[in-house]
Amino acid sequence: MALVLTEEQSMLRDSARGLISDKAPVSHLRALRDGKDADGFSRELWKTFAEMGFSGLLVPDQFGGSGLGCVEAGIVMEEIGRTLMPSPFLATSVLAASALSRGGSVAQKAQHLPKIADGSLLAALAIDEGAKHRPLQTRLAATRSGNGFKLSGDKAFVVDGHAADLLIVAARSAGSAGDKDGLTLFLVDPKAKGLAIERTAMVDSHNAARIVFDKVEVNADSVLGEVDQGFALLESVLNIGRGAVASEMVGLSEEVFGRTVTYLKERKQFGKAIGEFQALQHRAAQLYIDIEITRAAVLKALQALDADVGKAGTAVAVAKARAGTTATLAVQEGVQMHGGMGMTDQFDIGFFMKRARVCQELLGDSNFHADQLARGKGY
Amino acid sequence: MADLETFRSETRAWLEQNCPPEMRKPMTSDGDTFWGGRNATFSSEAQRVWFERMRDKGWTVPHWPKEYGGGGLDAEEAKIVRQEMAAIGARAPLTSFGISMLGPALLKYGTEEQKREHLPKITAGLIRWCQGYSEPNAGSDLASLQTRAVSDGDDYIINGQKIWTSYANYADWIFCLVRTDPAAKKHDGISFILFDMTSKGVSTKPILLISGYSPFCETFFDNVRVPKSHVVGTVNRGWDVAKYLLQHERAMISGMGERGVGRPLGQIAADSIGTDAQGKLDDAQLRSQIASFEVDEAALAAAAERAVDLAKAGQSHPAFSSAMKYYGTELNKRRHEILMSAGGIDALEWESERSKGGARPRAWLRTKANSIEGGTSEVMLGIVAKRILDLPGA
Repeated sequence: MALVLTEEQSMLRDSARGLISDKAPVSHLRALRDGKDADGFSRELWKTFAEMGFSGLLVPDQFGGSGLGCVEAGIVMEEIGRTLMPSPFLATSVLAASALSRGGSVAQKAQHLPKIADGSLLAALAIDEGAKHRPLQTRLAATRSGNGFKLSGDKAFVVDGHAADLLIVAARSAGSAGDKDGLTLFLVDPKAKGLAIERTAMVDSHNAARIVFDKVEVNADSVLGEVDQGFALLESVLNIGRGAVASEMVGLSEEVFGRTVTYLKERKQFGKAIGEFQALQHRAAQLYIDIEITRAAVLKALQALDADVGKAGTAVAVAKARAGTTATLAVQEGVQMHGGMGMTDQFDIGFFMKRARVCQELLGDSNFHADQLARGKGY
Repeated sequence: MADLETFRSETRAWLEQNCPPEMRKPMTSDGDTFWGGRNATFSSEAQRVWFERMRDKGWTVPHWPKEYGGGGLDAEEAKIVRQEMAAIGARAPLTSFGISMLGPALLKYGTEEQKREHLPKITAGLIRWCQGYSEPNAGSDLASLQTRAVSDGDDYIINGQKIWTSYANYADWIFCLVRTDPAAKKHDGISFILFDMTSKGVSTKPILLISGYSPFCETFFDNVRVPKSHVVGTVNRGWDVAKYLLQHERAMISGMGERGVGRPLGQIAADSIGTDAQGKLDDAQLRSQIASFEVDEAALAAAAERAVDLAKAGQSHPAFSSAMKYYGTELNKRRHEILMSAGGIDALEWESERSKGGARPRAWLRTKANSIEGGTSEVMLGIVAKRILDLPGA
């Protein structure tokens, strides 16, 4: 397959860009932050996302979705990255929709997927527990109890956890931290007894939550996929999410870069545009090259995910690792080249720096993914 | 698409049948590359067989038109041949500057007569070309070149000196930049001309490099007589041809790293340094350097693939090869720094049985030229800044 977008994909990009740049420019995020919005995103805009078919983009046709793939999800994420739009798209439409459509029973799919597609159900995936993304280290305990399980433990950095109608929780039902076997995914009602949710406003003004589970009872029907054998499903879902976040970082990087190059052409010092100085020209060129190479790696990973999720691991690790370092470089150079203006809250550039930091950690940072690659190659 | 899948399976079957097993092993020395030319010799019977079969199939240059000795394949088919060759580790049957540099320029700027004269001899490996661009006082500032071509009836008389002429001492013909109008502005008085290296007045002198090898020469022209019909493109507009050719040269150099060929770096390092109880390389810093390198290497491979696809879709920027040249050469230097570190003191042996004549340190030193030849990294970044990013000045 050619590493360029098809005509249909280009049209999707244009329509996503049109909507997002119009309804949710960076000022949209700024207004939500300054108004201390309870949701942290716009429910009205989410309704529009549903009407345009974006919320059900990865939901199969028979459940009311568009039945599209990871390349298309990445296209929407890239546009989200350009304006830093806070949206349930990642947690609900990418992570939860993938988990349910790949691992759900017929009943689970029928119950939840149509609601994801029509925008009436928000979901969140609860994975992380410690300071770093280490899915294998999952410790939140699922102990058998009657016909079901009791869940006890803590989750952190649960994207959209404060607004979710449905939680998908990774828990350890057997074995010990570090084991692949013994992981199980559960569908949990956030209103269940024993469950405490604290919204954590993050550095980037996006949404996350800490969730404490104190003997939360779930029945056997709540298991998503197979008991103790949840890792393969989880890994597939995480890889799809990593591809999506990498796309967001490509959009973010390109936007920061575009704004920075514009500034280099406009800002005058010593009687000329600062973009005439070779010290800045070369750094700008290096960043451009870095972004272009990362863009290719990310598209490669998205195509690999669509071809065979189970074989896409290496391509995804490359994409997420690259996207992390590229976005970090882009925002650092962006702030530096904007000089003092880059340090002001009034200029948008700082929002990009904050979001890049969060995206870097989200679903594994560059170090994590480079390490995954090394392990995969046996050194 | 169905046709392409058929083409792929036919290609796979043909390669399987025709590529000798010896030609599927990674190259280990300069002699493993077949350059063609009047004085060419094969280093093995397998090399000869492989070259001749590919030549007869038209696949020394699969994407050139058939009437010029190519395979007549379209971009999609040519990509399949490359992919299937890579899948079995097949070596290039023929390597030459005729294929990677002169050919594309002749196809765009040459007369029909020039194409018919030169291209079939390139694809058949009969003539080996060299490139007369740099001069002692015209390196990064190439357009300031001073080699003079003075009109004399139907001929030019050429005088001057070139430097860094790769393999000039083995080459049969040269494509050369000469100044045909010294009064014009520096970019406007240059012509692109072809001539035989056995012409009277041409001499070469190899330059000994830090690697101990002499892949480059100084090349001298002393009243060399060349017919005016050998100019490619318009007289005094040779800079257009030169720039176009440089794009192809840069694309070639960016791909020079032995990407994905041979044993993975991590394993080479593990063999040399050892691993801990968990199987991790017993040098944590080097391990992370290798991992980062491999991330970037895989990303660059995707970018190279995308560059071809973008060109085919008519969406590529002509200066993008400068971006690839910059990144590919800097990456290849990183690769060889890692190899030297992985090899430790073993990699320092220069003349010994065990080191095969110091292959690793010599290769390491050779890569330092990658970011100089064909335009330095700094020149590449300048081109990207001005031509792609449209930054002001100079």
